Amino acid sequence: MLTEEIKHEIEIEMHHYPRKQAVCIEALKVIQRHRGWVSDESIRELAEFLEMTPDELDSVATFYSKILRRPVGTHVIWICDSVSCWIMGYDSLRERLTQLLGTKLGETSSDGHFTLLPNVCLGACDHAPVLMIGDDLHQDVEADKIEAILNRYKE
Amino acid sequence: MERPLTRNFRSDGEAPSLKEYEHAGGYEAVRRVLRELTPQAVTTLVKDSNLKGRGGAGFPTGLKWSFVPMGDDVPHPKYLIANADEMEPGAFKDRLLLEGDPHQLIEGMIVASYAIQADVAFIFLRWAYRVAAERLEHALAEAYANNYLGRNICGSGYSLEMYLHVSAGRYMCGEETALLNALEGKRATPRSKPPFPAVSGLWGKPTIVNNVETFCNVPHIVNHGAEWFKSLSHTAEGGTKIYGVSGKVKHPGAWELPLGTTVRELLEEHAGGVRDGLKFRAAIPGGASTEFLLEKHLDVKMDFESVQKAGSRLGTGTMIVMDDQTCPVGLVHNLERFFAQESCGWCTPCREGLPWTAKILHAIEGGAGQPIDMQRLMLHTKFLGPGHTFCALAPGAMEPLQSALHYFREDFERHIREKRCPWK
Repeated sequence: MLTEEIKHEIEIEMHHYPRKQAVCIEALKVIQRHRGWVSDESIRELAEFLEMTPDELDSVATFYSKILRRPVGTHVIWICDSVSCWIMGYDSLRERLTQLLGTKLGETSSDGHFTLLPNVCLGACDHAPVLMIGDDLHQDVEADKIEAILNRYKE
Repeated sequence: MERPLTRNFRSDGEAPSLKEYEHAGGYEAVRRVLRELTPQAVTTLVKDSNLKGRGGAGFPTGLKWSFVPMGDDVPHPKYLIANADEMEPGAFKDRLLLEGDPHQLIEGMIVASYAIQADVAFIFLRWAYRVAAERLEHALAEAYANNYLGRNICGSGYSLEMYLHVSAGRYMCGEETALLNALEGKRATPRSKPPFPAVSGLWGKPTIVNNVETFCNVPHIVNHGAEWFKSLSHTAEGGTKIYGVSGKVKHPGAWELPLGTTVRELLEEHAGGVRDGLKFRAAIPGGASTEFLLEKHLDVKMDFESVQKAGSRLGTGTMIVMDDQTCPVGLVHNLERFFAQESCGWCTPCREGLPWTAKILHAIEGGAGQPIDMQRLMLHTKFLGPGHTFCALAPGAMEPLQSALHYFREDFERHIREKRCPWK
């Protein structure tokens, strides 16, 4: 069931749009803020609320990379894999991270703390390599210093 | 040297408040146009300044605005959108403007909105720019509180609503018609042009989409005039440019310089040249979707026309430097993997061709390439070129590939012959 709080937040967004269906991306973001990710059940509930078919809604949800259709850990690490970061050391940074977390790209550590996801250019190329952990941008990241950065997120 | 775009940047990295911005002369352009100029006069002024779009395409800004139907008998609401979806690999200039002087963008957008008589404006911002989002929300609230936005701006009778819209991801949202679809709650696939957004855009209404840096130039053009703006540049194209350099140079960074600064000056004087122990091999001047420039091009002026004559494209003006110890095949593979991933999937050549290109490059890089792969890659540069696809994503992807096949053919063939990457 969509909670009243979620419905209310979506209804606020509806003021900016001529049709209910058009608010679907904003609505998906609302659900993700509350639930951490968007499950199949959330898709069904939201589709009903917006008078769309679940497939219509899912075709939008799966298009956008920041709408997460699988559960994630407490913190998501978005590591930039575009060209400037690649030149400046993305490969060794990624290797160190997969080693530390015991996961591959796209997976969550067994303790549920971190999910490691690739991201396209994060727009800080003069400080490559970069990554984001949640909303925080980390620049000039060195492979042998990344463990200390991760530890700050474990409290 | 005048640096209008970056002169309000604070040394502590914080954004100037509205009061600080006003103190430095900010919002005077808004007051002036509302008081003294007709909307058409503003458009003419921007046309005369020779301001070209800073998003990558370099289309004359004033000309674009002039396509919006004006007068009493036109569709409303009209829209103005700042494309703040900077996701071109290697590009980081808009981030600096958004974080460093958010009011400058807002003021530029108000002036532009007045010129086209827009009713509603959006800043379409990529998700990753969290600091910019916070600063823009704050700046918008300040602008509203001081009557620069909302109803009856500065008592002029002109009203404008402006909203921050944060994207849910995908590079494709940076394409102006796909951006419109994203705003309408759909998949960000492109629309065919014509009709152009100026005539039929967001919700089918007249819409202008311009890049952040483009709008940031507008208040200065109003304040100091078209001739002044043209005088800032080394060429006939007006203004300064925020240039960037990334890669293995001594001082990666961004600098506001006259449009038409040479590659050499940017690379050697500002970025300090390539790191010790490495040599300059090539650079992509305008982000991922531009062609390589070599050592023989170092004296090319970085303006739209000069770079085009040299066989490349100015694009965003943020240069990616390739040193002699970075494998060109690996670099191009990284680029094509990006483009393949970001294809929206709408049209066949892009959806099928880009992943195939990436697969071939992966094979070549790993020593499993076949001689016929060179021909296959060449065919892709033709079949995914301009005019064959629904939008410019695939043609953009082919620019560095086609250029690499031209300049670094021997390196590709060596990978195939030796069945390994000689750079590893």
